[in-house]
Amino acid sequence: MKELKVQPIKDGTVIDHITAGSALKVLNILGISKNPIATVSVLMNVRSEKEGKKDIVKIENRELNPKEVDKVALIAPNATINIIRNYSVKQKHKVSLPDTIKGIVRCANPNCISNLKEPVEPVFRVVSKNPIKLRCYYCEREMEDVAGNIV
Amino acid sequence: MKQGFDGRDIISIKDLSKADINHIMNVAEEMLPIARGEKKSSLLNGKILATLFFEPSTRTRLSFESAMNRLGGNVVGFATSKATSAEKGETLADTIKMADAYSDVIVLRHPNEGAARLASGFSSKPVINAGDGAGQHPTQTLLDLFTIKTEKKRIKGNNIVLVGDLKYGRTAHSLTYALAMFNATLTFVAPETLQMPKEILSYLKESGVEFRQSSSLENVVPDADVLYVTRIQKERFPDPEEYAKVAGIYRVDPEMLSNAKKDMIIMHPLPRVDEIVPEVDKTGHALYFKQAFNGVPVRMALLSLVLGAKK
Repeated sequence: MKELKVQPIKDGTVIDHITAGSALKVLNILGISKNPIATVSVLMNVRSEKEGKKDIVKIENRELNPKEVDKVALIAPNATINIIRNYSVKQKHKVSLPDTIKGIVRCANPNCISNLKEPVEPVFRVVSKNPIKLRCYYCEREMEDVAGNIV
Repeated sequence: MKQGFDGRDIISIKDLSKADINHIMNVAEEMLPIARGEKKSSLLNGKILATLFFEPSTRTRLSFESAMNRLGGNVVGFATSKATSAEKGETLADTIKMADAYSDVIVLRHPNEGAARLASGFSSKPVINAGDGAGQHPTQTLLDLFTIKTEKKRIKGNNIVLVGDLKYGRTAHSLTYALAMFNATLTFVAPETLQMPKEILSYLKESGVEFRQSSSLENVVPDADVLYVTRIQKERFPDPEEYAKVAGIYRVDPEMLSNAKKDMIIMHPLPRVDEIVPEVDKTGHALYFKQAFNGVPVRMALLSLVLGAKK
């Protein structure tokens, strides 16, 4: 019989296939660690046939919206988002990085105009999905440390 | 897809195709007699150029203003951000909206990277980038290419040696991208700490462009067709000791040039400090002042193209 370490959730979101060790960063991106509005279960280094090891995050009573899904893709490119209603999976989608990222990440270049008080959102073109590399639409600099620059 | 020039922004050299660059150079050539003052023109009569220089500049601003005046247009603008609303905390976006209302084309120099791209989003009139921090300075690259082409008849096949601060120098970066389009052979001379960034070298490899790297200028001068010298910029070094190690490492003097090809040309985006000694100015190799003049016909070409006065 399968050993269940964490109970299934009734309603909410399960983020599966998170790169092992990244679960806490995912919580950070979603702002959940700062603003605990829901019960959250974090499983780290779970054995997985596909990935060897993976992390899983279960968020009760909260369904992620697409903008939040984009954020997760930046840090956990293979993650899947499962929307759970009444214990069953109602929607399942693999996160995929869009070609353009708007407003989620700030430019790592402190001298970039998008970091000043101007009425614009930061915009990036995704130049590489694995490893993730973004190019700022404004200053054209490429950035690899995406996790450290999430808004 | 071929894109026309009427109303177009000129922000980064990468926005231009090889055909675009060739077209700009052809129009610049037509402009030469007007730029020299030998012929009068009213091509841009009634048009207003706004020069918004938030950072000081000598050549770029003067040559843009000269270009506009030579074509019969008028210029409004400022040469320093002092005494403008930016000092009072106005956003660049608001300043641009104002300039958009007062002029037909905007030339912008700004200390922040990406400023010109941002400006283009807030202006219905074409925006030309005249340098954004350590970012892009496409009109410098265009006048550099125009200089090589007019002196050497073609760009392809020339061995172009870039020397100096290749790590931080925006001029060297943009010029390298552009020269790669034209299949020039490139030689990069810099101390180890100031060599061309890896991403540019990998771009060259991917594009199949021939290049070599060296730390010795003497060794590469004999087979150079163009020697492009840049200043090692003191302001880029956080540690004065680090600057002292590389400052004055390359100095072009008449002795070094004794082994150079007779028709080798020396270029420099200026201002120079001591990387080219004044005695070199008298030699036939020195081309940097003519290069600075070429800013006028190239900027005339750009202004008339983006204003739709030239097709």
